[in-house]
Amino acid sequence: MSEINLHEPEVLIREIRLGSITGFEGTAGELVSCAHKGELHDSTRSFSQCMGCSSGNAFCQLSMITDAAVVNHAPVGCAGDAFGFNFVYRVGQQERNLPPSIGRYFSTNLEERDTVFGAVEKLANTVREVYARVNPKAIFITTSCASGIIGDDVEGTANELTKELKIPVVGCFCEGFKSRIWTTGFDSAYHSIVRSIVKPPEKKTNKVNIINFWGSHIFEELLEPLGYEPQYVVPFSTIAELEHISEAAATIQICPTLGTYIGAALEQVYGVPEIKSPPAYGIAGTDAWLREIGQVLNRSEEIEKVIEKEHARILPLVNEYREKLKGKTAYLTAGAAHGHAIIALLRELGLEVKGAAIFHHDPIYDNGDPTSDALAHDVRTYGDIKNYNVCSKQAYELVNILNRVRPDLMIARHGGMTVWGAKLGVPTLLIGDEQFGFGYQGILNYAERILETLDNREFVTNLAKHSSMPYTKWWLEQSPFSFLGGNTHVDTY
Amino acid sequence: MSTLIEQPRYSCALGVQQTVVAIKRAVPILYSGPGCSIKISDLIGQGEGYAGGSTIPCTNSGESEIVYGGEDRLRSVIDGAFQVIDADLYVVLTGCTSDIVGDDVGQITADYQAAGRPIVYAETGGFKSTNYVSHEVVVNAIIDQYVHIWNQGGHVQKGLVNVFATVPYQDPYWNGNLEEIKRLLVGLGLKVNILFGQHSGGVEEWKTIPDAEFNIVINAWVGKGIAENLKEKYGTPYTHFPYLPIGGIETTSFLNQIIDFANFDEIQKAAALAFIAEEESIFYSHIERTADFMLEFRYGIPRRLYSLLDATYALGFTKFLLNELGIIPEHQYIIDNTPEEFQEEILNRFTSISEFRSAKATFEIDAGKASEEIAKDTGKSRALILGSGWERDLAQKIGADLLIVSVPVSYRLILNCGYAGYRGGLRAIEDIFDRVLDTYR
Repeated sequence: MSEINLHEPEVLIREIRLGSITGFEGTAGELVSCAHKGELHDSTRSFSQCMGCSSGNAFCQLSMITDAAVVNHAPVGCAGDAFGFNFVYRVGQQERNLPPSIGRYFSTNLEERDTVFGAVEKLANTVREVYARVNPKAIFITTSCASGIIGDDVEGTANELTKELKIPVVGCFCEGFKSRIWTTGFDSAYHSIVRSIVKPPEKKTNKVNIINFWGSHIFEELLEPLGYEPQYVVPFSTIAELEHISEAAATIQICPTLGTYIGAALEQVYGVPEIKSPPAYGIAGTDAWLREIGQVLNRSEEIEKVIEKEHARILPLVNEYREKLKGKTAYLTAGAAHGHAIIALLRELGLEVKGAAIFHHDPIYDNGDPTSDALAHDVRTYGDIKNYNVCSKQAYELVNILNRVRPDLMIARHGGMTVWGAKLGVPTLLIGDEQFGFGYQGILNYAERILETLDNREFVTNLAKHSSMPYTKWWLEQSPFSFLGGNTHVDTY
Repeated sequence: MSTLIEQPRYSCALGVQQTVVAIKRAVPILYSGPGCSIKISDLIGQGEGYAGGSTIPCTNSGESEIVYGGEDRLRSVIDGAFQVIDADLYVVLTGCTSDIVGDDVGQITADYQAAGRPIVYAETGGFKSTNYVSHEVVVNAIIDQYVHIWNQGGHVQKGLVNVFATVPYQDPYWNGNLEEIKRLLVGLGLKVNILFGQHSGGVEEWKTIPDAEFNIVINAWVGKGIAENLKEKYGTPYTHFPYLPIGGIETTSFLNQIIDFANFDEIQKAAALAFIAEEESIFYSHIERTADFMLEFRYGIPRRLYSLLDATYALGFTKFLLNELGIIPEHQYIIDNTPEEFQEEILNRFTSISEFRSAKATFEIDAGKASEEIAKDTGKSRALILGSGWERDLAQKIGADLLIVSVPVSYRLILNCGYAGYRGGLRAIEDIFDRVLDTYR
């Protein structure tokens, strides 16, 4: 278990804290067993393609706090993702009936001379200007490779500005070069929130924290009849709401890859119980998850009724879908825990999962509880998954594999990946809303979309006819793991 | 001018990866941190293309490359790129991590160049400049380190020209603009190296750059450094048209400038002038046909212009909208971080925007500040804003129509739309009035 340490301004990266890896080839069962024995080795790639970095993932959680502003202490290029998140933010406002409002994001615009003389003064002036312009309830400062290497004292500057401006000015340390696992950025954002925004509880409430991105609001239906109220964290929260998440009755994560740190931190520091079962995907997974909710919220009886009623409702439908999907094969590429969730869904629906390229692997989460291992749950419930590849968004490996496997369906949960399925004529599905496949209804939702995708072959067939392939013939004939090797021993957990 | 930037509309020096992606069958190799490339693609990319987006090779440099140096890592990624990616040209671009640490990337690529590999490098650490500036750096690097190996000049082809116009992808309409510019120059009787995009001949075309009779720069300031380099290296003269030519007046003026600069004989000149006359008459036939609408539409059409654009677009659109549609310029904000040495010339062009009028323009990288100023607008008539996706609320607030012609675009999908030339002028009018008319129930 990683010990949450709020004294340090920076959270340890996942490689060190959890022993997480970005390269593996084998079966899911082998990975799980290595991980549980503490024998996981990371593999590095001698050839690699661009990934993502922590700063983007930190920003994704900080950028939609409705009354905060974000300063990126970086050259302007690092803020290239600002508009994308602003777009998501605004679509989310529309879905939540909030008035339109622009995300307030700023770049300190580091230039060559700043790398020589340092730029804390520039940072301080930017924060002051942001305060005057936006009048926010808090200002987050996200760092960059450049600010990190030149060694600007961001923490000291933030602390001084907190006193000067009388609002929290909070450093969030998410330099891209520090970790190969971009989801470390989630931990950075949560660390800065728990450390500098969240206050000790004054009372207990009937709220349940839902750690999520910006997906649909599906938890009211479950929690309200039980007398609880979902509180979606962090996007679309206010600073005042975040101050009180320590008072919640429980924390639910829609994906432990996202919320591992904040779930554990709220439990360890403020005693908010975290639901530790893997998120509710597939029937068995949903049963277990619901039962834990029942226990934690002291509503076991009601939950049993929900389970019974929902089984009766969905089982006949699931069986119909299984019949229709019989014999179909699928390949999957996605982030870690959500990938495990989709595997559960696919297997529940009777599809054969021919393999998966999953962006990284956390052998354990911050809560230290093996119950939360969603991949272990998949293997236990549905059997092993062959060709399970931990692959940090390396399209060249994916294309090579898809070209061999030629599944009936590819599922991707990240931009930039779908096109490779489609170019090979494989119907490809990307579902953005992380809540779409959640719970019992999620199985039906996914099944319907899968059938639709399998049925709609016209676009991909035509696209495949007219596509070019930037990969060499030589490469497509090699083993997909030719560049994977050079094991780096990860033994720090 | 502010030093901070709210609402960024351009990228850092490394943003020039998109310049490489815009060359047919060329691929950038990033010697940078893991997230740089995707952030650039987020802002100015337009999908994977041939080998952009998630295909781009990258060292994904981490702590160990920074502490112990990453030269071995770079070599191994370059080796892999040659094996895995099917391309004609590989361009190594450094990011902040490598440039702060000070690795000798030139030496590494020189080894591959000596082995006959089609590879060049450029120092493009994000903090060094913007993707406008580094566009010149990279184009010059390709000329100096690759083209020059194949062709040292001395074989001038009569009528062959190189075109250096807007920065691909940073100009969201680059493909359409280049298509129209090439069409027009071919119409004059020239042979055109357009160098980027679907209408270019890829790396083979680049190899003929030294053979051009002259070079054409169509930009407020980007590209002059390339033309100067070529002048020095191969003695190629160049002509500079300092903004995007849009519509009848400016396109004709651009083409006339080219005719004057080209050593056409009388027959060629007559043919070129006939081409212009024909193009102009087509352009104005559409304007004439719809002039009554523009004069009569009783519910209001925009009569004033605000823009938040780069200098090339700002000048091009301000001139076009004023002189051909009668839309009067209010304050124009130039957001491209124009180097000081070019600012005065650009401001002078705004001062003499038409025979009768001077337009107010300011250099301002902090579009958030510009936007706050525009929000105070109290004008009596309907305004038009030319800007980016960031201006949605601003436009609504002041009741203006918004046409997005700058990154970040996001609310439009761009295939081959372009605003340059006669056809681009017609397209601009269609798009503006499409937005206007769409506001009525």
